[in-house]
Amino acid sequence: MSKADELRLKAKRRKILIQTGLIGLSIVVIFGAVVTARTNLQSLGLTSGFGFLARSTGWDYSFSLVPKTIMDPYSQTLFVGFLNTLFVGFIAIFLTTLFGFIIGTARDASNIAIKTAATVYVQIFRNIPLILQLVFLYSVLINMPGPRQAMSIADTVFLSNRGLMLPGLSVTPGVAVALLLVSLAFGVFLIWRKSDLLRGLLTWGIGSILMCVIAAIAVRPEGASLVSVPELKGLRFRGGITIPIELLGMIVAITLYGSAYIAEVVRGGLAQVPKGLTEAGQALGLTKGAIWSRIKMPMALRSIIPPLGNQWIFMMKATTIGVAIGFSDLFYIVSISITQSGQTLELIAILAGAFLLVNGGLAIFTNWLNARMKLKAH
Amino acid sequence: MTDKSVNTPISLASVRQILKKRAFSTPTDSVLTFVVFGALAWLAWSLFDWAILRAVWSAENVAQCGKETSAGACWAVIDARHRLILFGLYPFDQHWRSTLAAVAIVATVVLSCIPLMWTAKRIITLWILGFTTYYLLMEGSLLGLQQVTTDGWGGLSLTLFLFSSVVLLGMPIGLGLALMRRSEMPFVRGFAVILIDFVRSLPLLVTLFTAAVVIPIILPSWLEGDKIWRVIVAFALFFACYQAEVFRGGFQAIPKGQFEAGAALGLTYWQTLGRIVLPQVFRHALPSTINMVVITFKETALVIIIGFFDIMASAKAAFGTGEWAPHYLEVYVFVAFIYWAFIFSLGQYGEYLKGRMAISER
Repeated sequence: MSKADELRLKAKRRKILIQTGLIGLSIVVIFGAVVTARTNLQSLGLTSGFGFLARSTGWDYSFSLVPKTIMDPYSQTLFVGFLNTLFVGFIAIFLTTLFGFIIGTARDASNIAIKTAATVYVQIFRNIPLILQLVFLYSVLINMPGPRQAMSIADTVFLSNRGLMLPGLSVTPGVAVALLLVSLAFGVFLIWRKSDLLRGLLTWGIGSILMCVIAAIAVRPEGASLVSVPELKGLRFRGGITIPIELLGMIVAITLYGSAYIAEVVRGGLAQVPKGLTEAGQALGLTKGAIWSRIKMPMALRSIIPPLGNQWIFMMKATTIGVAIGFSDLFYIVSISITQSGQTLELIAILAGAFLLVNGGLAIFTNWLNARMKLKAH
Repeated sequence: MTDKSVNTPISLASVRQILKKRAFSTPTDSVLTFVVFGALAWLAWSLFDWAILRAVWSAENVAQCGKETSAGACWAVIDARHRLILFGLYPFDQHWRSTLAAVAIVATVVLSCIPLMWTAKRIITLWILGFTTYYLLMEGSLLGLQQVTTDGWGGLSLTLFLFSSVVLLGMPIGLGLALMRRSEMPFVRGFAVILIDFVRSLPLLVTLFTAAVVIPIILPSWLEGDKIWRVIVAFALFFACYQAEVFRGGFQAIPKGQFEAGAALGLTYWQTLGRIVLPQVFRHALPSTINMVVITFKETALVIIIGFFDIMASAKAAFGTGEWAPHYLEVYVFVAFIYWAFIFSLGQYGEYLKGRMAISER
């Protein structure tokens, strides 16, 4: 055997040794953890397993999209938390993307005043921890005047310590969710069809609004007016849509913070578009809007979408801070369930599983979007 | 084009030209400029008026707060409670230690920004020195001072402690994970990939919560350790998994030929890594690393949720008593400003470095 072969064999042996060691160590750690957990749980008198999911909880929480009682089983309560997380997460993703693109474009504006305003916004909201902004905002909201002294715009929109009251279409929650899903599907369809950016957005916006109005006319409850406006009746408001302050705080705080981050992503993408392309557009006599939607943005999107996807995942994860103000997102529900039922390991596993599922889904969607947006000619 | 504009001295004519092009190019543009600048100026003035002109500054004048004559900020609450906000429940007569310790950490961060410190030996020595100084001062027993256990640490000092220990611990783990991820051995690589992707797809809060609540169940009690150390290790793992991806980006910028050159010279894996590859990786990864450090500093604010008395919690306590309850706004503005100043300066420094490196690469 030559010297080289000998060395190669030695290196191969070492590799096998290292890997066996790593696998062995992992097995020992996991096995040790399981054994310790079993003895620790037994000494605490807890039974492991998912049987507790069928028991009713016996405690209440702040926000739910579906009717809730304290007699709901753990499984249903956890599902409500999961829905709340998705609800806030997707609203935040939608709003931050919208405002992020607007502010990011403003950061790239030729007008000095607009650019300054956008820069000030980004530098303030990006540089303060999200949880501090949330707690700050919540303190302000909770110290708002009561419903009787509510601040109002034209007596249709009210803001008080009970929440934000908005006029809304008279539809049942079920119909509202259905409309939301159809609108979402419509958006995905437009992306799939690769429609022109600005026209696609307009089609989507107008199409969604029209669809809502038609649905509201078609299925509104007997005798109800088309639009329901909040009205002060005694000590509380009736009619319209009420956004409780916990939900309002979550949405506004995550939107303010996330928009600043996405604005930076968008600005970075726009900055990478070669200047010659913009100048070519100007030479052709295109308007600023056309240059933005037909030249700059399609080019910029290629470098925007991967980090944008990361921001979406961040936003979904950020919903966990709801626990700081008592918004009943999944993390909040899980942490209360842990103190109430003691089923720590099972509940943490559910929590982790839910986030792996959602974030994995978002990552897949981002990859799909990225593949769709790629320029074919390159 | 850009080179020219950098070197042109600013003259009155050029300012006028820029203004004409970028503020008053069309009538709509002019209107927009006036409206937006007007709104910004009004905002700035209102803030200045509230925070400075009409503010009550000292705790003795607290009676004036909220009166018609002074509808501004009531900084009296800061005057009266700043010790609580900055130092938490640390023994009152020992606050000088907490101050010095915090200064040591801030000085460490500032010194690491100077290129003179950018050699492996210097930067490691600096951070270990800064961290040890902090720990000795805060804990005290080794210096013959009154002992204060970690339960007694709080406020800004605790935030800085969490931050520095996470970075100090997370950086080597991150490098280790990045190296494992590049390994030729499939099981080593797989281990790193699974760990990194798993931690990255969980919210930080879940990771920290797991460390605080789940680890005591699955570890034997002799391995359990203090809650604060468990949380720091979990936080460091979070930092490491993100930092590993930053390092991976740095590794990708190194041509494969350099490893081969190292091997051809007869250098071992570790020699090639330490002498040829890593110095370049660090350089490439520097702006993203600073970004990661900034994010870590921001995220330390989350520990309030798992029950630590960091600056957020001490701020809450500062207006928690009845007499100061109406002045929550001032306390939050104060804390937000501390965070902002730190994060903004680090962020600007990162931008500056990015710009400088872009120039050197042209």
